[in-house]
Formats: sequence, C-alpha cells, structure tokens
Amino acid sequence: MKSAAFEYTRAASIGEACELLARHGDGAKLLAGGQSLVPMMAMRLVRPASLIDINEIAALKFVAAEKDMVRIGACTRQAAVERDGALAARVPLLRQALAWVGHAQTRNRGTIGGSLAHADPCAELPLAAQVLDARMVLRASKGKRTLDAASFFTGAMSTAIRADECLEEIEWPVWREPRTGSAFTELCIRHGDFAVVAAAAQVALDEAGRCVRAAFGLAAVGQTPLAFPKLAAGLVGNSLTEDLLRAAANDAADACEPGSDLHASAEYRRHLAAVLAARALHAAHEKAQAA
Amino acid sequence: MSSYRYIGKRRRAKEHPRFVTGRGRYVADISLPGMRHIALVASPHAAARIASIRADAARAKPGVHYVLTGEEFCAQTDSLPIGVDAPKVTRWALARGVVRYAGEWVAAVVADSRALAEDAAELVEVDYEPLPQVVDPWEALEGRILVHPEHGSNVLYRRKFVWGPVEEAFAGADHRLSFRASWGRSATVPIETFGVVASWDAGTQILDIWASIQMPKYPDQTARALRLPGNAVRVHYDVDVGGSYGVKRGIKHTALAGYLARKLGAPVRLIEDRLENMRGGDMQGPDRVFDLQAAFDRDGTIRGLRIRAVDDVGAYAGRSPLQLGKPVGAICGPYRIPAIEYEPVSVMTNKTPQEAVRGFGQAPTNFAIERTVDRVAQYLGMDRIELRKKNLIRKDEFPYLIPSGSTYDSGDFHTVLDKALAVATYPQLKVLRDQMRKVGKLAGIGIATCLEPSGGNSAFEVLMNPKNETTTWMDSCLVRVDLSGSITGVINNSSSGQGHESLVSTVLGEVLERDPAAIRVVRADSLTALPSNSPVGSRMAIMLGGAAAGAAKRIKQALLAIAAHNFECSLDDLEYRGGDVSLKGVPSKKLSWQELVEIAHRKFHKLPGGLEPGLQAKFVWEVPTGGGLPTADGRIQMYPCYAFEAHVVLVEIDPGTAKPSIRSYVCGHDCGVMINPDIVHGMTYGGIAHGIGAALYEKFAYTAEGQLASGTFMDYLIPSAMEVPGMTIVDHCTPSPLTEFGQKGSGEAGYLGAPAAIANAVNDALSPLRVSIEALPMSHHAIWSAMKEAKSRI
Amino acid sequence: MSGTLHLIEVDVNGKRRVAQVPARLSLVDWLRDELRLTGTHVGCEHGVCGACSVMLDGEAVRACLMYAVQAHGHRVTTVEGLTNPDGTMSPLQDAFCEAHGLQCGYCTPGMLIAAQALLDANPQPSEEQIREAIGGNLCRCTGYQQIVEAVRLAASRVE
Repeated sequence: MKSAAFEYTRAASIGEACELLARHGDGAKLLAGGQSLVPMMAMRLVRPASLIDINEIAALKFVAAEKDMVRIGACTRQAAVERDGALAARVPLLRQALAWVGHAQTRNRGTIGGSLAHADPCAELPLAAQVLDARMVLRASKGKRTLDAASFFTGAMSTAIRADECLEEIEWPVWREPRTGSAFTELCIRHGDFAVVAAAAQVALDEAGRCVRAAFGLAAVGQTPLAFPKLAAGLVGNSLTEDLLRAAANDAADACEPGSDLHASAEYRRHLAAVLAARALHAAHEKAQAA
Repeated sequence: MSSYRYIGKRRRAKEHPRFVTGRGRYVADISLPGMRHIALVASPHAAARIASIRADAARAKPGVHYVLTGEEFCAQTDSLPIGVDAPKVTRWALARGVVRYAGEWVAAVVADSRALAEDAAELVEVDYEPLPQVVDPWEALEGRILVHPEHGSNVLYRRKFVWGPVEEAFAGADHRLSFRASWGRSATVPIETFGVVASWDAGTQILDIWASIQMPKYPDQTARALRLPGNAVRVHYDVDVGGSYGVKRGIKHTALAGYLARKLGAPVRLIEDRLENMRGGDMQGPDRVFDLQAAFDRDGTIRGLRIRAVDDVGAYAGRSPLQLGKPVGAICGPYRIPAIEYEPVSVMTNKTPQEAVRGFGQAPTNFAIERTVDRVAQYLGMDRIELRKKNLIRKDEFPYLIPSGSTYDSGDFHTVLDKALAVATYPQLKVLRDQMRKVGKLAGIGIATCLEPSGGNSAFEVLMNPKNETTTWMDSCLVRVDLSGSITGVINNSSSGQGHESLVSTVLGEVLERDPAAIRVVRADSLTALPSNSPVGSRMAIMLGGAAAGAAKRIKQALLAIAAHNFECSLDDLEYRGGDVSLKGVPSKKLSWQELVEIAHRKFHKLPGGLEPGLQAKFVWEVPTGGGLPTADGRIQMYPCYAFEAHVVLVEIDPGTAKPSIRSYVCGHDCGVMINPDIVHGMTYGGIAHGIGAALYEKFAYTAEGQLASGTFMDYLIPSAMEVPGMTIVDHCTPSPLTEFGQKGSGEAGYLGAPAAIANAVNDALSPLRVSIEALPMSHHAIWSAMKEAKSRI
Repeated sequence: MSGTLHLIEVDVNGKRRVAQVPARLSLVDWLRDELRLTGTHVGCEHGVCGACSVMLDGEAVRACLMYAVQAHGHRVTTVEGLTNPDGTMSPLQDAFCEAHGLQCGYCTPGMLIAAQALLDANPQPSEEQIREAIGGNLCRCTGYQQIVEAVRLAASRVE
C-alpha cells in the first residue's frame, strides 16, 4: 500500500500555500495531519498530483482567546487543543468531542482544521463545529472570507472550500451565560472508531434553572453533521424536563435521513439518534445545573 | 506432584530481549543484495473467465523486471495439495483461466521496489468475462452454479458419523430440542501479514526460503509445487514470526516467490500488504452453520446429540476442510454423552479460501455445544451450572473413552469449574447482575466449560481422506554440549510467540540440572533439521518438551556411563547432581560436569566402549497414542491430551444503544503442569481476546455479489485494550499420564471457550426479553435487532 | 515526477541523519529500509494497528501516516532509541520482559513507544489511562493483560 507518486512542496507560509493551490488547481491537496488523507493515498483511492504540506506553518498553529470566541489556527494539533485547560473552560465541547477522536497517535498529529476540511459526516469535530456554529476563515491569494458552519459543510466529505483556498482558522463561539453545560456522546463499535451516531449538546440556564439558550446536533445521520436550531429554540424559556428533552431528541431523530452500512442499518441509526441526543441534552443540562 | 527446580517457576522468556530492543528478525527485515519485490494484481470479480491479460505497459515501466501470469505459472508448477479427496479442485497462487473469488491473484509483478511493483500492477490490463457466482452456502449446496465444475458439485466433503445408540437415545429421552447456531467468518489476523523471501543459488542449486511461517510439511510442499527434490529447498526456521495462530500456511505465496526467484536468478520478496492479506491471503477462518439437536431427560441427563455442521470453505481449499474433522476428537465436549451423530459438510462458494485457524474447528464446535447445554438448561428451568455438573465427566472416570473413539487422558472438570466460580465470586456476581437489571440495564452471566484437545495427532487427515494414510505426527530435538560445557538445544521449526526457546531451555535445564539462562536454543534449517510437524494443534509443550526431555535424558545417560566406566562401578552406585556425578556415599569421588565433558570430547582413552565421541543426543518421537487408523465407522484416537477451561463472564448491554461491555472475566484453566506459567497465561489471555473478537466484533463480511466488505482494519474490527477487559486466570493442575512432566498443550487456550461463554452471557442478558442471538459475531446491530424484535412482540 | 528527491535532515535516536528521499516514501519505510532501523514494524499501512508508532518530537505518532520528507527538521525516536546508550534496557523495556508483556514481539515496539510517551507525560497512570494510551496499538497475542501489568510495573519502579 504505497502511495502513488506525487510532487511535494512544504509551504512556509499560508500565502505560499494559497499561491501553490492557485497554481496547481484541482491536482493539489493540502497535507495537514494526514490522519485521514494518507490512508486514502496508501489505498490509492486518492492520488493528488501534488501535495502541499502546511504542517510547518507556525502562523496556523495557535489558540487565541477573544472576548466572545476562541480562535484556533487550522493546523493546531488536536492533542494541543485537548490539553489546553483554559480553552476547555471556555469551549468545553471541544475537549469533550476530542475524547472520542481516534487515539493518542491520531490526535498528536491530526489537526483541528484538517478534520473539519475532511468533513466526514461521522467525525466528531465537524459536529462540534455545526452545533456551536463555528465560523471558518478561508484564505486565498486574493483575500479571505468567513463561512458559518452550516454553509461550510456541503455534503459527505465535501465543503465549500474552493480549490484555491486554505482553511486558515476557526472561530469557536464562547457562551457568556454563567450556567452553561455541554456534553458529547457517541456510539462507536470500538473506542476511537468513527461514530455510528454521535450527539452533542450545549445548554445555558438562568438562575431559576430555565433554559435561556440551547444547541444540539447529531453526526453520522446525514450527509453532513446536523444541528437542530429550531428544536433547540423550542427548549428556550422552559424547564428542561426529561420529557421535554426526550421529545426534542425524538423530533431530531425523525428529521434525520441516516444511511445503512456494514455496521448499522438506517433504522438502528435513527434509534441511536433519539437515544444519544436525549443523553447529550440530559448530560449538558446536568452540567449546567451544577455550574 | 514432584517439585521442580525450573519447570513451573516464573522465568523471563529468552526471546524477550531481542524483541523489546527492536532486534527481532522478521521476514520483512531480511534484505538480500539485488532483492526484488512482488506486488499482486487481483481480480475484482467473484467469478469470471480471464479473456486476456496485457502487461506491456506494466513491463515497460522502469524498474520492472517481470510480469507473471497464471498461464505460465500454472504450467510450470504443480497444483497445491488439498486435505480431502478432491483431485479436480486444483489450486495455484495465480488464477488459471478463471477467477473464483474477488481478490484472487491473477498476475504477479516483480520490480526494484514494492512501490514500483504497485505502480506497474495498476497498468496490467485484464479482460474479464463475468460468470455466475454463488455466494450463499445453501445455494452452493444445491449445486446449480459450480465453483469447480470439474469436481461435479460444490461439496468438498460430506459424511454422517453415527457413534453410539443415537436413534434409541432420541426416541427414549424425555425431551428433545433443536435449533441453529452460526459461527461467522473471522480469523486470527496477525498484525504481521504473511511474507516470504526466496533466493535461488544456481551454484549450489538450492532454493533458500525465509518466511513468516507456521505449517507442517512446508519445505516438502514447497519443493513438490516447484517440482524440485526436497533437498533442493532450504527453509530457514530462524525467522521470527509476528503471530500466526494457525493461519500462516503461505504455500501459494511461497510457490510464487520460489518460482520467480529461480526464473529471474535474483532473490525476490513478497510481503502481503494488508489489502492483499485480507482478500487474497487465503487466511480466513471457519464459516459454519450448526443444526443442533439434543435429547435429554427431565433430570438433566443429556442422552444424545445430533450435530450437522455446514462450513463454507471458500473457492479453494488446503487443510481448511479438515477443520470439520478435528472436533471429532472432542465431539461431546467435556460431557458424558453416549450417543452422537455428526454430519460435517464442507461446501465451496466464490469467497476467499479459509485456512487453519487456532483450534482448527474446535472453537466453533465448543460454541455450538455450550449453546446447546444452556438451551437444555433453559428448557428444563434448571440451573446452568447444575446441569453442567450433572453431565461433566467426573474425575474418577478418567481415562474416558468418548463415542467417537478418542480417550480423554485426565481431568478434574468439577474442581476447575468450582475454582473459577469461587474466584468470580459467583453468588455476588449474580447479585451484581440482578442489581444492574433493576436499574434498567441488560446484564448476563455466561458460563462455558470446554475442552482444549492438545498434542496435534492430526488423525483427522486420514479420517477425512482414507487415501491419505498419514499417521506420523512426530517432533524432535537435538541437544549438544560443547567442549566448553555449554549446552545448546536445536529445534526444527519456526515460532510465532509461543516461547519455544524458553520451553526447551527450561526442560533441558530441568533434566540436566543446569541453569536454563545459560542454555542456548537455536533453530536448524530444513536441510539440517530433524523431523517436525511445526507448532500446530497445541502440541509443542508436549512434543517439543518431550523431545527436549528425551534428548537431555540421553545426555545424562552418557554422562552417567562415563562416570560408571571411570569409577568402575554400576550405574546404580552413582548420584547425579547439578551435572556433576559422584559415587553414592563417597562425595569426594566425583567427576564434575566439566570433567565429564572433557572426557566425552577429548579423552577417548577414558570413554566407555560403544559411546560416541562428543556429547550430543537427538530424540525423535511419535505423538503419544498416535499411529492408529480409523475404524469403518470413523472412530479414531485424535489428540492425546485434553486441557480444560471454565469461563465465567459478566456482560452488560446498554439498553439504549445495545452496546455490550464485558464487566468481569474469569477463566479456570487446567493444562496439567505448566512449564512456564507466564507463557501459558499469556497465550490464554490472548486466546480470550481472540474469542472476544470472534464473539462480538470480527467478521469477514461478504456482499451478495461476493465482495469483501470488511477488507481493511477500519471495517474488520480487532479489539483493542479498551474492548478487552482485565482477566483473571485460575490455574488447576491435573497432570497428563502421557507426558514427561504431566504437561498438556495450551496454545489455543481461551479461544476455545471464550466465544461460547460470551454468547451465553449475552443470551443470559437478553433472556428477560425472551429473545436470543445464535449467530456470531453478536454485533451491536445484531443485539439491537434482537432487542427490537423482543419489543415488537410485546 | 517520481524521480524528484528531497533532501532531509532528521534527528533519529539522537543521531543526525541526512538523506535524499522521494516524496512518497513513508516515514516507516525510510526508517526500516534506508536506515535499517527494522525495530519499527508495518502492520496495516492505513493508520489503525499502531505497529509503526514512533515518537516525533517526543509524541507518539503513526509512522505509516507520515512521509519521510515531513520529518525534516524534527526529532524521531524509534524503539531502538529507547534502549540506553550503553545498551542496557530502559525500565519500561525491562518491565516488559519481567511481566511477560509480549509474545511474538511484532506489536511490541509500537506498544513501547505508546507506553513510554504515556509515562513521559504521566508517570503514575491509572489502569484506565494505560489502556487508553495503548488503545491505538493492536495486539493479537497477549490480550493486553500483561502489557498493562508491564506498564504499571515500569511506573512503580520509576518513582
């Protein structure tokens, strides 16, 4: 399983990476952590004429706290994000999601941006991004633009990134509500495997325990990770009883169109969607209550 | 039981230092000057005629030396042997005109590097004309589409054995039940794939082979395939094998590499990549559907069993169909069941061929027997442990002759079971299970009591093919003491983690009373080796251990003879201690080890007449109780020694997600005397992990079109340290009367009982829902489906 | 295209190694075939089995999912580099021998790397943490039991 031959360039800056992308067009792929791309190259399912290695661009590796968001450089290693305690306090869903991502070796090399750009519908980070409505900053030679998660994820393994663009950084919203809790849960066959179904939730409560803000979503039940802003809005203003949460979860499951594969039928996935969404909401609620 | 100096004590394995420092020597580590690399072109179709192969573009690539197709290869080499009488079912490494499974190798490309060979392989153009394919074994039995038309049917083997009064048992018993259980296609899938390096020396006319191999008669079969005399093939056994657990038979890879090495006059290396290995390595395992019937009385006595086993062996076969025959040697499990009917059926389909897998068919059979026992208990409303205890052969009944002709040598099944239950704190385990159920979880305890036949008397060969009168199942050891007095043992096989160097040095040290740490163990090659049948069938503790002991005893006898001669006394007057020999009662009259060695090597004038100079001995012996032929009704003594295991497992199932988790795992294990306890425990833990994989995670899944859907490690799910729980082994020792130290084999321990125990645990967990799963693996999806079915019935 | 070679300079087990490599040559193949450091093994070449694990700048990574050219300017530690300079075993290697944490030895180098990386970051790991740290390293011989014991033994000896 040796990769087919390719041209290799190590980009020293994001500007250089964009310039190379513009020059090579469709024949070029960016190489970040390689945890998703290189297996496909080893199996010759993917054979780019040119690989542009962006691992050495220091400007793409950072975690920057801002007032209402945390900006993470696209090539920041997943392990670095996982270890970052200050980040975990402000965007707890990231660390919770990363606990389900592969293994130590995967996270030591895999990047935040790489997982998002790869856009596997069964992956954890895209779900976190969708649920939190993260914003992707895309850089091209001619300038940059920002897309929200819903616009960014366009289909299975596909995003709105143009051929000459490089994902530069991701803005993760920070919830200012003091009583915020989040949770990420998943059914995977073995620890670290891709999700059969994953669920993420974040809720904020007021002093009286009523929900003032909510977001939740599911992965592996559609072509992209799915967030349910309308159902979440329906939770706002209410006490989050088990019945209410379960109803929201069931509604979300009903709205999905999961697929079948070797490991699970569409029906099993739909069942899991309801169960896991309810569990994520419940756990997020408990965390918020304790906050 | 006597106490030993070295046997049974914890010792560091001799093999460890090279492995932990990265100095192992596996086949992919071997690099010869001018070595070339092979990549394969594989069929995408499950059945097709090969209309043409065009390799010009491939050959034109720089660095490419040759493209070999079946047309040339199959004309120049012989078809590979098959274990049953089916001469028209021929098999070569490359397809001959027709492909019979998706992944079958069609052409081999040889290039300067593996990467270049793969580049060129992509350019080989093969025109296929798809043919009708048969993927379902039941459809294959009907025979409308034939995998090998010349054979006339898809049935490779079928026979109905009737041992004991089966009709009467079923007619006279109070109750009967019947059900179907299936063992899904999985295998032991070592982390190292199969590899072989072949090099032909035109000067000496010898073909040197290094391979990651675990196979009886490997040099002989290689020679025969290549139409070479046996002494033109030299297999080097000093290659570290990265796990095999049965599957690394590699004869087709070796014939291919050997042919190319001779043809090209350069060394060649074939290391399967994982894709080649999963689809085309021909190392998949039993794929077996059991139709089971039990006849039993209301008091729980099992009167008879009927077992039909239909096994889908794939598109070709080597030894794989014989995996239906080995279980004959333990066909009633550890139970006193006087009447058994057994109908094995081996059927071909357009799938990757099977190969031998750890246990050689015993693990699926134990699963079937243990599910039957649990079902009998359930039917009668009887406790599963009480039912087992009622039917388990008692300690005082050994040696015990089973209806199919094998005698179980020794055992104390009730004690091992009790010990396992005690360590598992069974009453508290039940309380825990019930508490879990009370809070809405599904929880179940699984019990399995199973045999591990050991010793590798592979009498199933002649049982299943009377034309193959093979009754010799030997092994051997050579021991040398050199002039400096150091000891070297020579073994005649490759090893794949069983610790044979540790085994032999421990045995030699024990018999000669010399420190095993100073004893070196090396491996011969096939031209210098004594006869061996390689480490299969849990045989080496018995056979290699026995041979080492036998050779060491001959050394000891020689030393005593030298002393008797020099002291002018009889052997009875002598005392052997630590390698020194002295006159009894006169400790000053002593010849030290070194002095004896010097006499043997240098002082012929002091050597007794008739004793060979030097100090070396060999021991070659036949498996105990072996050498017999089957009776007309198929009764035969199979393996000589029977190890026993009793598993107690607690499984929890998440009621929302259907995810199974193993919460507690205890295995009682009795393999007689353990020569190295750490090694035995290690293989048992590993066997249980293999069993967990087979029970819950692993399957070579095929689509209706015969495509392998789980051909990578992303879909073929091998359990990690997060899926395999902590395990506790409880040892018991019932020595075998047939072996030197009372040791039995244990290379397949754990695997032979774990799937049965886990299946029983999951079904115990599902029992409140009145639903069961009788097919392995019990995937998350299968568990959920059963739960859903139960709900829909309410 | 495939002829282009890239000059790389990599610290491998404390030694500066300079080489010209084709871009598609994986890190594990470079270590094994060019540097003849055959202790690191290939098991799947698609990032699941962990047999190819090495340390990159002190962190465990899968060498089958990196190209050698990417290692330029970095520090690689293989199982050979875990042995002390005087040839004696590290406490972890020795613990594996003591606790029988291996059988065929094929997954062992990767296990040692993953376990050593864990102990470097967390000298007193719990059993759960040990299992998690080696969760990306598959073994078919041991059932992981004695491997976990070996890591605990090593942790207990380095206090």
